Amino acid sequence: MKRLVPFLFLVLGALILASPLLRKQESVFDIEAFGRIPVVANGRTKPLDSVARNSLLLLQGRQRIVTPDGASLAPAEWLLDVFFRPELADTYKHFEIVHPGVLDVLGLTPADGDGNKRFAYLQLVEKLEEIDRQAELAAGVDAPVRTSYQRAVLNLRDHVILYQQLKHSLVVPDGSDFLGDLLRLQDNLAASVEAIRNRAAGKEADAELATFTMGMGSKFLRMEQIGNLLVIPPAAGSEGSTWTKAGQALLGTFQHGSINVHALTFAGLQHTWKDQQPEHFNTLLAKQRSELERSYPSILKKTDIETRFNQAAPFFTSIYLYVLAFIFAAFSWLKWPEPLQRSAFNLVLLAWIATTVGIAVRMWLEGRPPVTNLYSSALFVGWGSVGLCLILERIFRNGIGSVAAGLTGFCTLLIAHHLSLSGDTLEMMRAVLDSNFWLATHVVVITIGYAATYLAGFLAIIYVCRGVLTRSLDKATADALTRMVYGTICFATLFSLIGTILGGIWADQSWGRFWGWDPKENGALIIVIWNAIILHVRWGGIARTRGIMALAIFGNIVTSWSWFGTNMLGVGLHSYGFMDQAFIALVAFVATQLALLALAYVPRHMWRSAPVMK
Amino acid sequence: MRDIWDSFVSFFTSLRVTVVLLALSIILIFVATLDQVNLGIWAVQEKYFRSFFVFWKVNGFPVPVFPGGYFIGGLLLINLVASHFYHFRLTWKKSGILLTHAGLIVLLVGELLTGLWQEDYQLRLDEGQTRNYSEHFRDNELAVIDATDPKWDHVVAIPEKRLRNGHAIQHERLPFRIVTRAYYENAAVQMREELGNTAAPPPASRDIGSRLAIIPLPVTYKQDERNLPAAVIELLGPGNASLGTWVVSTMLVEPQTFDYEGRTWRLAMRFARTYKPYSLTLLKFSHDRYMGTAIPKNFASRVRLHSEDGTTDREVLIYMNNPLRHDGLTFYQAGFANNDKTTILQVVRNPSWLLPYIACLMMGVGLVIQFGIHLFAFVSKRRATV
Repeated sequence: MKRLVPFLFLVLGALILASPLLRKQESVFDIEAFGRIPVVANGRTKPLDSVARNSLLLLQGRQRIVTPDGASLAPAEWLLDVFFRPELADTYKHFEIVHPGVLDVLGLTPADGDGNKRFAYLQLVEKLEEIDRQAELAAGVDAPVRTSYQRAVLNLRDHVILYQQLKHSLVVPDGSDFLGDLLRLQDNLAASVEAIRNRAAGKEADAELATFTMGMGSKFLRMEQIGNLLVIPPAAGSEGSTWTKAGQALLGTFQHGSINVHALTFAGLQHTWKDQQPEHFNTLLAKQRSELERSYPSILKKTDIETRFNQAAPFFTSIYLYVLAFIFAAFSWLKWPEPLQRSAFNLVLLAWIATTVGIAVRMWLEGRPPVTNLYSSALFVGWGSVGLCLILERIFRNGIGSVAAGLTGFCTLLIAHHLSLSGDTLEMMRAVLDSNFWLATHVVVITIGYAATYLAGFLAIIYVCRGVLTRSLDKATADALTRMVYGTICFATLFSLIGTILGGIWADQSWGRFWGWDPKENGALIIVIWNAIILHVRWGGIARTRGIMALAIFGNIVTSWSWFGTNMLGVGLHSYGFMDQAFIALVAFVATQLALLALAYVPRHMWRSAPVMK
Repeated sequence: MRDIWDSFVSFFTSLRVTVVLLALSIILIFVATLDQVNLGIWAVQEKYFRSFFVFWKVNGFPVPVFPGGYFIGGLLLINLVASHFYHFRLTWKKSGILLTHAGLIVLLVGELLTGLWQEDYQLRLDEGQTRNYSEHFRDNELAVIDATDPKWDHVVAIPEKRLRNGHAIQHERLPFRIVTRAYYENAAVQMREELGNTAAPPPASRDIGSRLAIIPLPVTYKQDERNLPAAVIELLGPGNASLGTWVVSTMLVEPQTFDYEGRTWRLAMRFARTYKPYSLTLLKFSHDRYMGTAIPKNFASRVRLHSEDGTTDREVLIYMNNPLRHDGLTFYQAGFANNDKTTILQVVRNPSWLLPYIACLMMGVGLVIQFGIHLFAFVSKRRATV
């Protein structure tokens, strides 16, 4: 029994992790193959699947999308409708609008929306001009001082623009038979050009053909101007040329005398998707795939893996495992310590391996060290602190490491999830930060410093909560926790100090000054000094265990300020991730930490563990 | 006497003082960070870190409200040195702590020296342009140029500071004295006709000054803006005979020319320059972006470095994270302008740049030793109990 239970939970955990990959696609259309098509967006080659997921996250804060008929769509399926059946996509409620002021301007109430907050393009279409006017007014105000209404209306305009850009990326979304028109142009290209020339020169011309050709030209131009995805790969063997928009490639028809085969394929896909002809749709995709495979095998390898990675969603499924581990380990202090602690350890280990693989895949896709933006720093802080917890649990075997792992793993992945709502998390590095050496040293070391400081704080929280609220903090456990906190703070001091100084050296290398009192630099320095204070207080005997625990909990506030608070100031070299809503979350977090500090100073005799601590 | 000395020593070597000072430094840094939103980074450094006290204005009077960076840093340094001096014992167990704190001393001293010695300049180059001087980031100067000889200019450069304090300026090369009649730390100059304000008396009698108006502006502390000073100066010949008054401003690009006693003179207020025995020529500036976006991927300047003594003549590529180090100066890629045709290099002289590297090494090794000893003791103790 003692061995069986942990093993069973190990299997269960593995099943949870694998579950997204085991799901089979139900559609007769090869939606997955469509999702794997590589395009260039935001300067990066990625599969359409990623485009679909990121767009959905941006528009409505989640990847799940349900049609008005109640059918649930895969992200790539949703994108297919946006591309090829915009008249349907216009009815999908995928614009999240929560600001009451914005709803007033649109003449909508929460009740008009799905889940009281999601609206369809058709509900906005009559107010587009007003949205634009309001956004123009808001854009005139400096970003740091905009009101929540101004930010919301600017956001909405950006989302409408994104939706329009997507619609114009592959074909022209005017409900016409685009494939038929393209084929007609193809067959009569010489005559068409001739007709336009003659009409311009005032000679006798085929008026109908000239009008048709002009019409096609302006459609291409519209696609070129509005569409945002670069979907046409450069012709094989043409060195140094870049990916282009479909509209741009189609405009080239009049120069090259033939229609780009990829653009034609997209028109074909539209035709077969519209008429719901799965066999033709799948054949076209397979043909396009083999075409690409000849010229771009390495790009396809990346986009294929990224699609799988999107599906597997290792960071999302790991959240469940961390929650389970936390519950088991915490419960183990009341009953069945041995099997529950082993189960919890197994689950933590499994989740940690899953996130390790996830981070490794991201590194491979980007060709970068693990931390490149705020999102990946959240992943890495979680990874680092759970890794430390695993070591602690191996040494002490008392469930504390697993509880702390569950808590920090859950929190950091939740933070990461919310950060991912602002778009593609695999961003291209700006020139200033483009240095793999410093990203690999300074950023990684300092992030581990954050992780360790948080871990010390969470261990201290466990001490206080168990001591005050339960009878489980006996002397042995209290001593073990004290040692764990002390060891973690030593580790945190080492990494945050070295990380901070390495940052200074990077700044010296890049900008000619070692220290510039930039907010992020100051934040890192404050963490170092805070850890130094804890160590000196302990060495000097100025504070005892409870004082050290309180200081460690306050370390959570200090670290959060450095990690997120400094970015909210909107000044300095490091303000690359400006956030609004996060401010409220930060204030709430600080409030909980202050409450825990108050709890730590409940008089000793009122602690429920007081009798067993002596 | 002995008692006073002892209590003095025990105060400065106390660990409690260390902790209090560290806590004060956290508060100082935190408030200074918040104040950056209002003041900008330069003013914050002056107000909070490069000062002994932080002053707040109460009814217009500056009142010291908090110890400044020099105060806290200085006391910390004394505390650190004193406690090591008085409790010094070289044992293996203490070696890590000693090394870490020695590294900290090196770091603090290095920062102090940087604050005292570091000089920042800017070098703007258009494609194809050659320059053998760089311009100061924030300092300005009044250049009085004897341009009589068409082959040579004799330049007397007067630092802005000397103009500001208003004393008459005399120089052996100048046949006249310079007196500041008005000084503006930051000001715009504009033609009086454009303002439609011809009734007010002109600020100066000579040259363009008679047609200008000076509009004082608030002093800026923003990181990406600089103050443009202006002044009204009067030149006085022997026996205090006035040559007239001029408006000088960094906004006036062209120098103002006049003749005096058979020599031709030029006056120009300009960004302070330092000349070098070598020159840089911008061959090409490139600004790469990621495909289909405006996100910058790389800025790079290909320059030719040519020294007057003929020992150096080579091409150099300066780009992000890859500066040129030459003659004690470091040239960093800082910006660009003019539709990617002009590069802006930041030029820094910092003789103590190596100290942080040494400090980093010392503190890193020190902490590893210290915590390693702890860890080793902990593990062997656990082994013994198990």
